[in-house]
Amino acid sequence: MSEKQQVTRRQFLTYTLMGVGGFMAAGTVMPMLRMAIDPVLQVKAEGDFIATGVKVDELTNEPKRVDYQFEQQDGWYKSTVTQTAWVYKEGDEIIAMSPICKHLGCNVNWNSNPNFPNRFYCPCHGGLYDKDGTNDPKTPPRGPLDRYDYEVKDGILYLSKRAKARGGA
Amino acid sequence: MLNKIYDWIDERLDITPLWRDVADHEVPEHVNPAHHFSAFVYCFGGLTFFVVIIQVLSGMFLTMYYVPDITRAWESVYYFQNNVAYGAIVRGMHHWGASIVIVMMFLHTLRVFFQGAYKKPRELNWIVGVLIFFIMLALGLTGYLLPWDMKALFATRVTLDIVQSTPLIGDLLMKLIAGDEYVVGAQTLTRFFAIHVFFLPAALLGLIGLHFLMIRKQGISGPL
Repeated sequence: MSEKQQVTRRQFLTYTLMGVGGFMAAGTVMPMLRMAIDPVLQVKAEGDFIATGVKVDELTNEPKRVDYQFEQQDGWYKSTVTQTAWVYKEGDEIIAMSPICKHLGCNVNWNSNPNFPNRFYCPCHGGLYDKDGTNDPKTPPRGPLDRYDYEVKDGILYLSKRAKARGGA
Repeated sequence: MLNKIYDWIDERLDITPLWRDVADHEVPEHVNPAHHFSAFVYCFGGLTFFVVIIQVLSGMFLTMYYVPDITRAWESVYYFQNNVAYGAIVRGMHHWGASIVIVMMFLHTLRVFFQGAYKKPRELNWIVGVLIFFIMLALGLTGYLLPWDMKALFATRVTLDIVQSTPLIGDLLMKLIAGDEYVVGAQTLTRFFAIHVFFLPAALLGLIGLHFLMIRKQGISGPL
């Protein structure tokens, strides 16, 4: 029995003090850290489709600029956001693209530069995309334009709030 | 493991004398509650410091959500009070800690006063302590306005009326502190915010450092 390792008075005090101290420190700091990381853990209702007010019948195979608005709740700040999509019809399918250039995030325009007819052109560094958003490898952008999800209800086009990236060309 | 890391650093930087000089010294018998229970009165200074640490930490985290602007301040406070996990707890720590720190500091001051611990050679430390007291009161005053609710606004209105009634330089002082001669508003809020989170804490930490330095230099006062 005497071979059992003894806990010295000093060890006992060290463990006790460290334990109680650690408990107090954790109790103090834990709420603060939980508060700080709250945005990471907050669950947001995503995937709402927004009515654009554009009739699907009026879409052609020529990309058309569609502006649509939705309410955005950003913490304590609520605002109405206007977002743009380039939309055209390909047979039965609808293609809705984000105007954000995949180079450095300027806004691209359809058919806006006389030198590059029927292409998406970015005025910042001359990025070029085909009609379906595929980037021209000889220009700065490194991927195709992002696409919105869409839905058709009662002949009206609904678009998602966030565009999704496609595989590179 | 931890010991090895410590040894590795100590071998290169010789840090042992540094922390020994700060932390490794005997607690005199008359200050140790294990010997005389009434010695608990010596804890108030340390408790004040402990609460100050909590105030600094919780305050740092609160500024992650707070905006010092008259149109958004109240909403941002409402947001983290109600919609952020543990937001109410952290704000509660800062709110109650603000009162507790004043209470602890007052008890500490009473202990030093009634024991005569402020007498020669410790007069300078008493003076620094009184400065810390003023800084703390100013922190309480400026922090009170930040939630930007009715209580905050009118409490500050009263304070500023007192400031403005100072003979001769009242209007000047008012403009200096509130940012405007009449309006307690946008400029007052940003001023109080800057004073509350930058100027006063910086002064406070400097003075607390001095306070502790002097205690280490002079040692704690002897038994009664």
